[in-house]
Amino acid sequence: MLREREDDPRSGEVSLLPPATALSEPPVRARSGANAEGSSSESRHELRPRAIVSVPLAAAIALVVHLLVSKQEPPAEVHSFTAFLSGVLGLSIAAAIAHRWWRRLRQWIAAMFPILAAAILLLIIWEGVTSGLRLLPLPYFPSPAGVLQSLINDRALLFDSTWHSLILLLSGYAMGVAAGFVSGVCIGWSRPIRYWGMPVLKIIGPIPATAWIPLAMVVSPSAIFSAAALIALAVWFPVTMLTASGISNTRASYLDVARTLGARRSYLIFRVAIPAALPSIFIGLFMGLGASFLTLVVAETVGVKSGLGWYVSWAQGWAEYGKVYAALVIMAAFFSTIMTLLFKVRDRVLVWQKGVIKW
Amino acid sequence: MVAAAATEASSLRVRTLSKSFPAGDNAHERRLAIDAVSLSLAAGELVSLLGPSGCGKSTLLRLLAGLEVPDSGELLIGEDPITEPGEERGLVFQDPNLFPWLTVRRNIEAGLVARGVLHEKRDEVDEFMRLVGLEGFGNSYPHHLSGGMAQRVALARALINHPKVLLLDEPLGALDAFTRMRMQDEVLRLWQARGTTMLLVTHDIDEAIYMSDRIVIMTTRPGRIDRVIPVPLDRPRDRSSHDFLQLRGNILELLHFAGSATSD
Repeated sequence: MLREREDDPRSGEVSLLPPATALSEPPVRARSGANAEGSSSESRHELRPRAIVSVPLAAAIALVVHLLVSKQEPPAEVHSFTAFLSGVLGLSIAAAIAHRWWRRLRQWIAAMFPILAAAILLLIIWEGVTSGLRLLPLPYFPSPAGVLQSLINDRALLFDSTWHSLILLLSGYAMGVAAGFVSGVCIGWSRPIRYWGMPVLKIIGPIPATAWIPLAMVVSPSAIFSAAALIALAVWFPVTMLTASGISNTRASYLDVARTLGARRSYLIFRVAIPAALPSIFIGLFMGLGASFLTLVVAETVGVKSGLGWYVSWAQGWAEYGKVYAALVIMAAFFSTIMTLLFKVRDRVLVWQKGVIKW
Repeated sequence: MVAAAATEASSLRVRTLSKSFPAGDNAHERRLAIDAVSLSLAAGELVSLLGPSGCGKSTLLRLLAGLEVPDSGELLIGEDPITEPGEERGLVFQDPNLFPWLTVRRNIEAGLVARGVLHEKRDEVDEFMRLVGLEGFGNSYPHHLSGGMAQRVALARALINHPKVLLLDEPLGALDAFTRMRMQDEVLRLWQARGTTMLLVTHDIDEAIYMSDRIVIMTTRPGRIDRVIPVPLDRPRDRSSHDFLQLRGNILELLHFAGSATSD
């Protein structure tokens, strides 16, 4: 550091400055800047070798293992799973080549390759334990090839069940969110409504919606309707609770500012309290979504004669566990897609919060 | 005649105003925050309220804004009694309190939206963004702004309603010294350009002398007006001039900090 300073032609002019602060910093920063630039130019065209190789390699191993262990399995299953794994292998090789010219793909591979390789590894272990070593009793634990075959064979009914589940889920969720939002805003804003509404909320709310099923069966005209109402009830509680708390915790100074700007009550509620409560409201929406999944599956299992929940218990009745797992795979994809969509909506609506709160 | 009526309407009068708040847990026990304060501001005057924290300056401002109801006394803007918040009295807090869910532009528009006049006055938004030097930041969200910029947005948001009186509650208190001095000039420029009556709460003696026509010194617990000091210096004022420093010394002496003042 010292030598650097002496070499610096400006050192005479700026000798008033305290040492080792202003002077020594610029060269350091310049060096690290150059470094950063160098490494980023590297990653601009290249991925690390293991990022390129991992996924195709895992897929190739999976294919080899599959062909080795599946000799005694039904040919249709073997064929489907071979095609599936070949498809994965082909895609991963194509991606490994195409990433050179496609920046988004390169970033995606760099972020995702460990988890993708691990997922394929898990498939290998699953197939090894079931088809290969036959450690798990049939028919409860089919091989991945068997599950894939069930998925293919029963695709029409599975699609139909997913569709019915989607309709039921969305109608129940929408009703619950609408009711919860309105009651939450009222309870959060108005003192008298809070006085009367809060005890009801605190007593009725914590009862799991599924506990009402026996009553709902008796009272309601149709199973579908009562299922939608139960989902709505399950969603209503968390949405109301968190909307109310968000509204009543609106910073008083925001309301003061709005009032000095000439705001009337509707402005205070709709343009100050509700926007200020949105982060809390979204937590309620997420909790309600989780509750709605649970209630949907339970309601379909015990009452409604359609949907994925019904499909699972129906397939289980026939001891077709391949179909049970197939339905679970569909459910996982279905629910996580909806969850992801809600995250996207939140990111869009709460864009003003970016960098303030993360959860 | 019209001009006279307009200026008269923006005068501010406070007569034997008292306000107390509940003290502690006991509901019957109340602590007096402001005790029989009387004060009047002529139209277009800039007056500072100077005093230690806890002397009720902010309470007085909130009473004038209509955010609190007095125990007794009279509050008048022009000839009208103040009973509730209104757009003719703008208020700027120490914390800019920008609505974080609105962009800079929408924050400045808030007053127009609240009064339902955005359509007629949309052009003024650009004018006020220019006035406070924020062109080009219209689509930024408040968390991207520095403290000084945020406070300028808060000023523009309060000014867009063309308030007759602007109440400033330590609006520059949270800013660093340099930004603060720049913002003082900016507020003065706005004051001179618009002729708004301004009441500025501060605990910074230099700021009070630099900015105001008169300085009202308050004492603490309960808040009372100790004395009113006119500032007879010409504008623009020089912070290091002899008269400025002399006045500063006098005020420090009044506030019993004279020792430290004369030593530097």
